[in-house]
Amino acid sequence: MHASLPEVDPLIARLAEAIAPTLTPDTVVVGVHTGGVWVAERLHALLGCKLPLGTLDISFYRDDFSRIGLHPQVKPSNLPFDLEGRAILLVDDVLHTGRTVRAAMNELFDYGRPASIRLAVLVDRGGHELPIRPDFAGLVLDVPGHQNINLSRLDDGHLTLTLA
Amino acid sequence: MNPQLTQDGRLRHLLTLDGLPRAILTQILDTAESFMDVGEREVKKVPLLRGKSIFNLFFEPSTRTRTTFEIAAKRLSADVVNLNIATSSQSKGEAILDTVDNLAAMHADMFVVRHSQSGAAHFIARHVAPHISVVNAGDGRHAHPTQGLLDMFTIRRYKGAFHNLTVAIVGDVLHSRVARSQIHALTTLGVPEVRVIGPKTLLPAGVEQMGVKVYHDMAAGLAGCDVVIMLRLQNERMRGARLPSAQEYFKFFGLTPEKLALAKPDAIVMHPGPMNRGVEIDSEVADGPQSVILPQVTYGIAVRMAVMAMLAGGATA
Repeated sequence: MHASLPEVDPLIARLAEAIAPTLTPDTVVVGVHTGGVWVAERLHALLGCKLPLGTLDISFYRDDFSRIGLHPQVKPSNLPFDLEGRAILLVDDVLHTGRTVRAAMNELFDYGRPASIRLAVLVDRGGHELPIRPDFAGLVLDVPGHQNINLSRLDDGHLTLTLA
Repeated sequence: MNPQLTQDGRLRHLLTLDGLPRAILTQILDTAESFMDVGEREVKKVPLLRGKSIFNLFFEPSTRTRTTFEIAAKRLSADVVNLNIATSSQSKGEAILDTVDNLAAMHADMFVVRHSQSGAAHFIARHVAPHISVVNAGDGRHAHPTQGLLDMFTIRRYKGAFHNLTVAIVGDVLHSRVARSQIHALTTLGVPEVRVIGPKTLLPAGVEQMGVKVYHDMAAGLAGCDVVIMLRLQNERMRGARLPSAQEYFKFFGLTPEKLALAKPDAIVMHPGPMNRGVEIDSEVADGPQSVILPQVTYGIAVRMAVMAMLAGGATA
């Protein structure tokens, strides 16, 4: 199944359209490193959010740490706002097992108690292992477990999806 | 084969900075940067080392190092047990490896070792089971790698990079494990000019072979420096024949505002602590605007978290 994947920018535009009516002024957008941050940056701009963008690196919350160790390139998490009582739009590029989202939610709660968390993903590829489903998905696919779907960013900032 | 690294090049123990590749040092500093904000959050913990048991084995007294190791382990959610020589069976004559074996039987995952004998941490590292990591928290005159790393972290935070710096280490280099770790780290990270300044009696013979320039005069040694690292002058050295008196030492090698003015105007002043005010450093400098001595302590927690996190993960794989 090497069918060509759709362009990313229209997918993000569609995501933003779906999210826009549900957005409250105090909603903060938080992207998960690395691909989720790229998508979150675009959404943040398209949605005209006033509050700064948040970023999360979930390396310190992964459930496979004792098996595979620390990711060699951990980036700092940056949440430049008080989370207490806030509505959070959590953004990732690809939803697969759901373990990244679980780790991200655990980390968010260590910063405070948000009023709500909703999940937006560019691609829901299936293969969920936890009861975690996106509130917004740009694209829903059923990708076999041995294949990987990846978001990459070219030097000019252009985002592309690849299946391998 | 470096006993500190696994076959695939990951950190297995941290015993010395001598021979550790630049990539590993940089990875530790980058990881520490990510841990910096944990201490400022609502929950000052990450769950990384949940269920791991870390034993602080301090055969030599220490307040700051032991405390920051303990806080670092707790912020990683590990369980920490502190053992001090005065209250342990060592005073009853138990051999060091028997102590280690007993603690291993209690399912220890990591030992943080401070000992007055050079090589103690290596000795324990060679002995322990494959899933146990050892961190050297200072052994004799040999090495104090986490102190060296937190000093590099401090320099990088204030100066941004290493490739354009002149760094001076001042004082009792001869007896200093801190200085040795700093010199290894500075040269590995690409600092083009590392100087040591001190009286002949307190500089090791052949120290030039470590890649440093030797000065016996503060005015010449401090000129143009970006970073000035003061070392603690240990009181017991003054009782020996190496120095005439503390006053005499302060006059020639103590860092006063006048001497600091010879370095670059934006030079930072570091000290591993505990300080002897009025011996190696003037209070006006220690508490002055160029001093980064207290930030060093704060950074020490993030750096020790990084080291422990890198050691503990994937160790059983």
